[in-house]
Amino acid sequence: MNRNGIEFSDAQLQEVRRLQGLYPDTRGALLPVLHLAQDAFGHISLEVEEYVARLFDLSPAHVHEVVTFYTLFFQAPKGRHIVSVCHNLSCHLTGAQDILRHLKARLGIEPGETTEDGRVTLLAVECLCACELAPMMQVDDRYEGGLTPTKVDALVDALR
Amino acid sequence: MSAPAEKILTRNFHRPDSHTLATYVETGGYSALPKALAMEPAQIVDIVKRSNLRGLGGAGFPTGAKWSFIPKGHAGPVYLVINADEGEPGTFKDRYLLERDPHALVEGMAIAARAIGSALGFVYIRGEYVQPWRRFRAAVREAYDAGHLGRGFDVVVHRGAGAYICGEETGLISSLEGKKGWPKLKPPFPAIKGAFGAPTIVNNVETICHVPHIVNRGPEWFARLGTRTQGGTRMYSVSGRVRRPGVYEAPVGVTLRQLIYDFGGGVTGNGALKAVVPGGSSAAILTADEIDVTMDVDGLRNAGTMAGSAGVIVMDETVSIPEALMVVARFYAHESCGQCTPCRESTGWIYKMTERIVEGRGRKEDLDTILDLSKRGVGTTICAFFDGAVGPYISYIEKFRGEFEALIPK
Repeated sequence: MNRNGIEFSDAQLQEVRRLQGLYPDTRGALLPVLHLAQDAFGHISLEVEEYVARLFDLSPAHVHEVVTFYTLFFQAPKGRHIVSVCHNLSCHLTGAQDILRHLKARLGIEPGETTEDGRVTLLAVECLCACELAPMMQVDDRYEGGLTPTKVDALVDALR
Repeated sequence: MSAPAEKILTRNFHRPDSHTLATYVETGGYSALPKALAMEPAQIVDIVKRSNLRGLGGAGFPTGAKWSFIPKGHAGPVYLVINADEGEPGTFKDRYLLERDPHALVEGMAIAARAIGSALGFVYIRGEYVQPWRRFRAAVREAYDAGHLGRGFDVVVHRGAGAYICGEETGLISSLEGKKGWPKLKPPFPAIKGAFGAPTIVNNVETICHVPHIVNRGPEWFARLGTRTQGGTRMYSVSGRVRRPGVYEAPVGVTLRQLIYDFGGGVTGNGALKAVVPGGSSAAILTADEIDVTMDVDGLRNAGTMAGSAGVIVMDETVSIPEALMVVARFYAHESCGQCTPCRESTGWIYKMTERIVEGRGRKEDLDTILDLSKRGVGTTICAFFDGAVGPYISYIEKFRGEFEALIPK
């Protein structure tokens, strides 16, 4: 265990090596390994960035630049569930603003915030490319469409 | 409505098991690959050239011509990269292909790899597409087990992490290399110096899914399905204020009117069409009077817009065009990678201007400022992102100027 308690298990390290071996340059595995790190440590703190940088023999600055560029990497603790409401054009045309307004009131938070009990992080996101389901949102791994306030309540209330 | 055309890419979509190897093989899958492996690479390139297959990710570049740009007699590795970073607002076709016919992509890749001399392919799937990623990864495993992969050609399935710019081919390459997704200056083009410094062909998912059918049924068959300059069918994503939103496969010569009224079932809202985006949000908007155009690359280019990714977004008369532009402008401001000043600055300021116009705080000069920034910024940046953003900026304002002016205090 290193000083911050941030270390992959042996199995995870084995997976890191496997991923690195898939690319002509090990750095190609940086995004997949950052996904792995986020799954393992909850979010990607500066300490996690330093740890991952060492695994790749990269500077922490390079890893920081990558982490901050992509929307799916969280630099601060996030909720146990992520609810991402699309507010791009097709969802805008089918009522995304009403869905977002409803969720903000239901959860008592603004997009980008997490409920006090750590249950849900709410995000307003750009096109998730499921416009046939508009208005739609992503709940963790799943796409949910044809949203109405009632449907949204059922989906969010089911999250623990 | 005319007789429905034959479905090619989507022929198995109605089957619940369409994603499995068994279904794919049962419906003729993996029969093109042995034929391609028996051909000379140049012969495959020639077939694809003659089919008039054009890239279906957005740029519409002829696929066979792109393949022929790999330097002849190149000694080192060559990579095939599949752009499954679907992100163009209004587009969802590649998600369907990854989920419902992943083996078509695997087989198409193996054929393309033979054509360009590649032993290693990458599939870059947008990070949000978790279920499609799992589906595709499972298909790759099946293909390895059945011996369709791993005999001279390997496939790595790569997950992105949320960034529209990684759908731009050189931004995608940067990202695949473990960097932020900043596009690279061209030349050198990826076919000369691409992923990891090696010659690389980047193709869209749907483009490659057509390849096994072209090999099986011949380039003339494919070319005849389309127009004089573009062969085949493609998958149109239809959404917005339309009765039956969904993905529809049709010959590329289908008209926008047919897509809205025959396939999409007509306009919702107040039922009267106001405007439509024909090819994803970066395509210039068309008015209700402009929908008798064919949806092929050149048909839409001649209409002053673009086929792009074939994402059709329908707006009825009750839709506020200034609000729609604000939503689109927010997207480009959010997704600009920040590398080039004209794009980084203009997308941000244009969003702010559209926002204040919608909120009734617009200034008289705002519309001309947006048009000026757009027209002077085109062509000044490393990639085509800003040129794409300019499509909506200019067309929404020029075609609906009165609606914007009505919101600006006198």
